[in-house]
Amino acid sequence: MSVDAATVRRIAHLARIAVAEDEVEHLRGEINAILAFVEQLSEVDVAGVEPMTSVTPMRMRRRPDVVNAGGDPDAVLRNAPAREANFFVVPKVIE
Amino acid sequence: MSTSTSKLIRGATGDWEVVIGLEVHAQVTSHAKLFSGASTEFGGAPNAHVSLVDAAMPGMLPVINEECVKQAVRTGLGLNARINLRSVFDRKNYFYPDLPQGYQISQFKSPIVGEGEVVVDVPDGETVTIGIERLHLEQDAGKSIHDQHPSMSYVDLNRSGVALMEIVSRPDLRSSEEAKAYVTKLRSILRYLGTCDGDMEKGSLRADVNVSVRKPGDPLGTRCEIKNVNSIRFIGQAIEHEARRQIDILEEGGSIVQETRLFDPDRGETRSMRSKEEAHDYRYFPDPDLLPLEFDQAYVDELKAHLPELPDDKKARFARDFALSGYDASVLVAERATAEFFEAVAKGRDAKAAANWVINELTGRLNKEGKEISSSPVSSGQLGAILDLVHEQTISGKIAKDLFEIVWTEGGDPRALVEARGLKQVTDVGAIERMIDEIVAANPDKALQAKEKPAVIGWFVGQVMKSSGGKANPQAVNDLLKRKLGI
Repeated sequence: MSVDAATVRRIAHLARIAVAEDEVEHLRGEINAILAFVEQLSEVDVAGVEPMTSVTPMRMRRRPDVVNAGGDPDAVLRNAPAREANFFVVPKVIE
Repeated sequence: MSTSTSKLIRGATGDWEVVIGLEVHAQVTSHAKLFSGASTEFGGAPNAHVSLVDAAMPGMLPVINEECVKQAVRTGLGLNARINLRSVFDRKNYFYPDLPQGYQISQFKSPIVGEGEVVVDVPDGETVTIGIERLHLEQDAGKSIHDQHPSMSYVDLNRSGVALMEIVSRPDLRSSEEAKAYVTKLRSILRYLGTCDGDMEKGSLRADVNVSVRKPGDPLGTRCEIKNVNSIRFIGQAIEHEARRQIDILEEGGSIVQETRLFDPDRGETRSMRSKEEAHDYRYFPDPDLLPLEFDQAYVDELKAHLPELPDDKKARFARDFALSGYDASVLVAERATAEFFEAVAKGRDAKAAANWVINELTGRLNKEGKEISSSPVSSGQLGAILDLVHEQTISGKIAKDLFEIVWTEGGDPRALVEARGLKQVTDVGAIERMIDEIVAANPDKALQAKEKPAVIGWFVGQVMKSSGGKANPQAVNDLLKRKLGI
């Protein structure tokens, strides 16, 4: 599996990362090198093997249905670049 | 599946069949959110119900709310669906300011609930079975407000992380009527189960509507998805408009572009959301913060054992035990509160009369004032007492309606009101005879006419009822009139 320049631009756009045109070729090489490295895994025959989701056989922890967080808008908004009346304020996103 | 011709849409080149599938997003009834301990309460001050998990602060980890899992399983059972003992949470990646994580935690390949079905009564009397493809758990996003500032949007994350169930139907629906009936039924089941309050005005239930058209017998056409329709009426309008739009394009030789559209209720039309197209590459992958969700069959069985009686079972029981028509039974069971009210009234009384009163007088009056049955001014006990008074022939049917009105506006014990206001039916034959004699004496020509045309007796009954203030027993009046007039 390898990616072309158009795919690099598309991945960058989907991740909202600005990539200059002169960086595309370099990134393409890096991504393809990583893919080639990971590609080695396909040499292993995993037919009939369940995907491993955890190294220890544990059950997912669950929380009771109790309200024990929230109620502190200042904590949530502390790092916001802009806020007004406890709203986050962001550049307009409607079309 | 064949479609009855009445559902087809007529076009210039012949009849068209519309094919509809629905993705319904139902907010799970719970105190806390799906993966955090923040409140799900509606209408809080901006960002008042937001934990650091919901705001996606670095290092915060999701921990699943046990109750939301149970609610999803209960819903699956209510939809006669397969419950998957193992399901997996995935990340659905996209960027939007009201989604601080940059991804929505959802379930993609392995949902918690698999295939099921819902039996739907369509208003035309037909019953259709609609397949459920799956139900999965996912997070809701926050809310963006665009009209407060000329160049900025405001973001409130109170809804961010609230649990939703996405219920996906098979493309089994063939008309806007069927789609509306399906959502109505789904809402009824969810409300019975107590797993979603179904409050569409607050956005607790909303639907993405997939619509395509084809000539009957042809393969499926290209579909368009109408996003986020938030009322049952709008779902119907959106389908009608979208089907017509597609038919017009195809009949003019064009082709349908698969796309996401928005329904505009003010104009009653759908329009394209072109800029959303690229966002369709969600790059799902299993969320490494969450282990697979696993439980055993005993867990499911325990939940199943405590499910309430659902609308279909209740309808069958009402039809059987109370000898009600299928129509009456389905009207009574649509809302759990209505069904319970009816049962309380019908207990030990004439069930058909109880059904008529609840469906016609009570529901009519409630609708007129926009009231829920839970806040009905006339209780089931009071309505029951009114029925008893009619049954004992203490009051006439007409007076019963007046009495209902008095109890509605003033309250009080119906039996005491009948005594206090002199509403008792006059069954005293002597009193009725005197009234009849007066009326016959005053209208000799009518009395003569009645001998030739017995239907004129109706006029006399009306006069006697009027002069008795509606309190004369109509049967007694009728019998006596026939004798007096010699019919």
